[in-house]
Amino acid sequence: MSKRGIPAWWPRWRRFKDRATTAAIATGGSVVLLTIVLLFFFLVYEVTPLLREASATPMAPLEWPVSDSRWLSLDDYGDVAFQVSSDGTVGFTRLEDAKVLSRRELAPSKAALTTVAGEGAGSGALMLGFSDGSSRVIEPSYHYELTAPERRIQPVLGHPLGDLLLAGSKPVALSAVALDLHAGWLARQYADGQLELQRLGESVAERIDLGSQAPAKHLFLMDAGRWLVLLTEAGDYRVWPLSEGVIAEPVQGRLFADSDRLEAASVLQGGLSLIAASSAGHLNRYYVLQHGAVALGQRFDSGGARLHRLLPEPRRRGFLGFGDGVVQWHNAISGQRGLTADFGITSGAVLALSPRADLLVALDEAGALRRWSLDNPHPEVSLRSLWQEVWYEGYEAPALVYQSSASSNDYEPKFSLTPLAFGTLKAAFYAMVFAAPLAICGAIYTAFFMSPALRRRVKPLVELMEALPTVILGFLAGLWLAPLVEDHLADLITVLLVLPGGVLVFSLCWALLPASWRERMPAGWHAVVLLPVLLALVWLGLELGGSVESVLFDGDARRWFAQELGLAYDQRNAIVVGIAMGFAVIPTIFSIAEDAIYSVPRHLADGSLALGATPWQTLTGVVLPTASPGVFSALMIGFGRALGETMIVLMATGNTPIMEFNPFEGLRSLAANIAVEVPEAEVQSTHYRILFLAAFVLFLFTFVLNSLAELVRQRLRSRYGTL
Amino acid sequence: MRSQTVNAPGRGVSHLLRRGEPLVWLNAAAVSFSILAVLGLLVLLAWQGLGYFWPHALSLYQLKESGEIVLAEQVAVQQVPREQLLAAGYEIPGSGPQLERLLLKRGNRDVTGTDFVWVLRNELMAPTAPPGAVRVEREEWGNLYGFLEAVLEDDVVVASAKDSAAATWERFQTQLERARRVRSDIRDLERGELRATSQALEQLRRRGRGAAAEAIELEGAYERALRRLTALYSESARHRYQIRLADGQQLVLPLGQVVRAIQPNQMDVVDKLNYYRVRLWEFLSAEPREANTEGGVYPAIFGTVLMVVLMSIIVTPFGVLAAVFLHEVAEQGRLTRVFRAAVNNLAGVPSIVYGIFGLGFFVYGMGGEIDRLFYKDALPSPTYGTPGIMWASLTLALLTLPVVIVATEEGLARIPRAVREGSLALGATRAETLWRVVLPMASPAMMTGVILAVARAAGEVAPLMLVGVVKLAPTLPVDGVFPYLHLEQKFMHLGFHIYDVGFQSPNIEAARPLVYATALLLVVIIALLNFAAVTLRNRLRERYASLEAG
Repeated sequence: MSKRGIPAWWPRWRRFKDRATTAAIATGGSVVLLTIVLLFFFLVYEVTPLLREASATPMAPLEWPVSDSRWLSLDDYGDVAFQVSSDGTVGFTRLEDAKVLSRRELAPSKAALTTVAGEGAGSGALMLGFSDGSSRVIEPSYHYELTAPERRIQPVLGHPLGDLLLAGSKPVALSAVALDLHAGWLARQYADGQLELQRLGESVAERIDLGSQAPAKHLFLMDAGRWLVLLTEAGDYRVWPLSEGVIAEPVQGRLFADSDRLEAASVLQGGLSLIAASSAGHLNRYYVLQHGAVALGQRFDSGGARLHRLLPEPRRRGFLGFGDGVVQWHNAISGQRGLTADFGITSGAVLALSPRADLLVALDEAGALRRWSLDNPHPEVSLRSLWQEVWYEGYEAPALVYQSSASSNDYEPKFSLTPLAFGTLKAAFYAMVFAAPLAICGAIYTAFFMSPALRRRVKPLVELMEALPTVILGFLAGLWLAPLVEDHLADLITVLLVLPGGVLVFSLCWALLPASWRERMPAGWHAVVLLPVLLALVWLGLELGGSVESVLFDGDARRWFAQELGLAYDQRNAIVVGIAMGFAVIPTIFSIAEDAIYSVPRHLADGSLALGATPWQTLTGVVLPTASPGVFSALMIGFGRALGETMIVLMATGNTPIMEFNPFEGLRSLAANIAVEVPEAEVQSTHYRILFLAAFVLFLFTFVLNSLAELVRQRLRSRYGTL
Repeated sequence: MRSQTVNAPGRGVSHLLRRGEPLVWLNAAAVSFSILAVLGLLVLLAWQGLGYFWPHALSLYQLKESGEIVLAEQVAVQQVPREQLLAAGYEIPGSGPQLERLLLKRGNRDVTGTDFVWVLRNELMAPTAPPGAVRVEREEWGNLYGFLEAVLEDDVVVASAKDSAAATWERFQTQLERARRVRSDIRDLERGELRATSQALEQLRRRGRGAAAEAIELEGAYERALRRLTALYSESARHRYQIRLADGQQLVLPLGQVVRAIQPNQMDVVDKLNYYRVRLWEFLSAEPREANTEGGVYPAIFGTVLMVVLMSIIVTPFGVLAAVFLHEVAEQGRLTRVFRAAVNNLAGVPSIVYGIFGLGFFVYGMGGEIDRLFYKDALPSPTYGTPGIMWASLTLALLTLPVVIVATEEGLARIPRAVREGSLALGATRAETLWRVVLPMASPAMMTGVILAVARAAGEVAPLMLVGVVKLAPTLPVDGVFPYLHLEQKFMHLGFHIYDVGFQSPNIEAARPLVYATALLLVVIIALLNFAAVTLRNRLRERYASLEAG
């Protein structure tokens, strides 16, 4: 149909109008269709940053005014550096122009700084130990004035324990210190090996002598002051449990096998686990177990590099490892190495990482401050941490856990999608167990046996079921069905047993009726005859329920399942979801399967019947094999719908992300998880993107199922065409 | 193929099995079961939902042991196994393996703390139905059950049940009518004049003209309205009533808090029907009270309808455009097949995926951009960059787009080729054929598509939870303040109302009947919409049957 019908003398505006309309429709239509494609790409766009590699960009180096540094830390924005020099002076320096903002001498006269240790993963207070046995606790902090267009920073040197020297118990140089102000502990070791613990708090600062110990390479207070951990250069550890009042004997052991020595160690953010690198190139994470024993958690892939410095991220479970000519960026949750590079940092350089882990600075012996801008937005997510077991802090063994809403930063986010995908499949499975037989059998009967007059009424009724809002099904399942099933579990089981059996018995009785009676039923009216029968059978099942419960289940079905089969019972469980969601997918499956069976060319069935086969033989031998792809695609579309259903699962399960296939326990599905958590997720955060990933997974699940079903149906249609 | 002898007529059981007769019955049972389940569900909703508005009798229950008296409505009866109660540590008189347990609504939440109690039938004396028992529905604290003693005006008893119970009741009702008028005046004043003047004032101040003559005039109007309000409040506070609870406690409460009061034990069927009508109308036309567990669902109906209307305004042109493009304009090749498959596929994508897309793309993406461009001074508090009715409608429009496209394409495909070619042969351009012939003929199909889309959208909740629905919206998205339709506002929705009241409500027992009623309302709306779609489709088919035949 082209411009054939338009003679040349027609006014030009008509032609113009014609063309304009076509163009407008083409543009508009394509835009609408492209919007649909946009849905897919937007999901991908939101998800891809999760898997982005870490990157580092070198920035211009600075001539640093203060060299000879022992300790360096940065403020939140990476604008100001705090520095502790070997002579005990501390000061703030602006990075922009290397201007010294303030300086102060802190060491006692005639004493030098011998050791420095920070609290936790590098932010917060730090403790300076001097050569005369005394020490100091200071805390650099920053006041921000965030007035557009610029921010002004006022660095402040705080003194959490007062602006004073803490005298040592003897005039011997300190070799290692550790502090946890929140829990109220200080620990120090003197050069002669004596280890001393000090409890802060009340007026009396009580000191506990822990005797002479091997010299510590690292001294840590971990897990909110529950453990004092001493690591020696040889790779031995000693752990003192610091419970109230009594200090027990230390637990001892080795971190590495054989003669492997400790190169570097650090406590990860949260203070619950420890990272240690060995001279043989091992890089491991350790947990302190219940009684102080140190357990090896996961091993990181250091590529055999010998890392002599570990720098933890102040706000995430990640750390940078520095070896000879190599920098590695690991994340403890994903267990992945996000970055491997050679920054050319000398081994004597002092390092600092900004709290947001977006700036790394290295002050080398020559007094040059080198800077790298870092980017690693979602390091805790990797394919492994999403789908495989991860050993989280506080867990006895690696596990698949989903727990996004942590009340504080001290807990690891646990983003395993496996329990959610499992829950989704579990809910869909139980729904299909309930729906598939009913829908397929119903479709077979309606399409092949039912009288046409009845079929015209039944089909719309079942399709009306499809229009039933799922929120209503979910509400009924959660508030009506769930308590009912809980109270009448045995009755439900009995009814399920009685119904098919009863129908079979009824059909046998029917066959024994005199022919004149049987012929009163019009052909294809079985379903109507069965309505009262089913009601009677349900009543019978309920009546028998009590006796069945006492005979089969010792009088209490729930207890019996718990004791005999070890199945725990939740009120809102997979059975309830299965029934409710089965209800939602029956019409979908029914409608498509019925169409497939009904549109099997009539002459095939007629031929079979004419050759003497019974209707049932015709059905199983001719019609069903022909229609089976259609029935299959009906099942797939139904399954797809069950996977994505949100409200029923949300309302009829307890939404607990567990990995149990037990039908009497709840579940948490991808869809319900999105509905629950998205409103609270911070935009662009890892959690937010994980939820988009969940949506993307759902999208893929259903996309594959639907495409497959569509393909099968296309094939079927062409097959019917040729028949 | 089986041999003839196998299928020879006969009557044995083995013959029956060969013919598959029992299996046919079993398949038939699946259909019957589905039908029974659908009908059962509808009956359950109707029974629970419609029963809510019926006035139930009030009975006095007395506990045998303690002698405690409760005036209550019986809500539910349950059979409980004796063992279960024994295991829970109850000591039970009487015998029998099953015991009857009653759920009583005793109301008076301000006095008793909880308005529902479970009691065992065994522990109760036979209940009596006192004719004077009163059920008072209040703005706060739920129902009050008791016996009316007196009506007070300025602390003076103006009618007392000691003199005449009937006269007191009458006086109570007339006072109640007056109090209701005062309350509605207060509400009109607060929502109308006071709000409008304070908003106008606020706008003037923001423009730095707080001292202009206009502003002074407005302030005066505001003051006057405020004085009127105070007068109304003090008028409302003058009238009170005294009520005696079942345990003898006497309360004096303000009449202004009373919504409605009845003496259910004295009502005949006509009264009850009347009361039923009033309650039903309240349900449909009033705002919710008491954290959505009492009152009506009017804002939710309004929100649902408005959202659906906005959605159809968006989805109809775009859906039709896409369908016309796919069917009439685009070359029928591989690309159109891919698009068609994509559209079909999209109908199967879970609604929550649309929800999160709407949140990410529309709300944070487009909304955030609109805020940066046009509402800069309001930032960081978002105007459009937060869920709202416009984003909800857009999201649902996207969700229902496949429905409209598929239905419209179906309609276009049904138009006989001869009609189109006839039009072209008569000299019409393609555009004219489209406008004058094809689209009018396909319009019933489009209508069907839109109605189906509306039905789907009305029942969809999951995506809305992300893009704009709230449990309680302080104002409707449409009001008398410019620009009248507030597209950025959040709204209430019937489906979400069911979820929220049913699952997030603090007083679930009290809310349950209301949820059933809301569910029933939603089902009725959606069934009507579907029914309309089916009727339209059938009409359409008849029309083309005649065309094709002719």
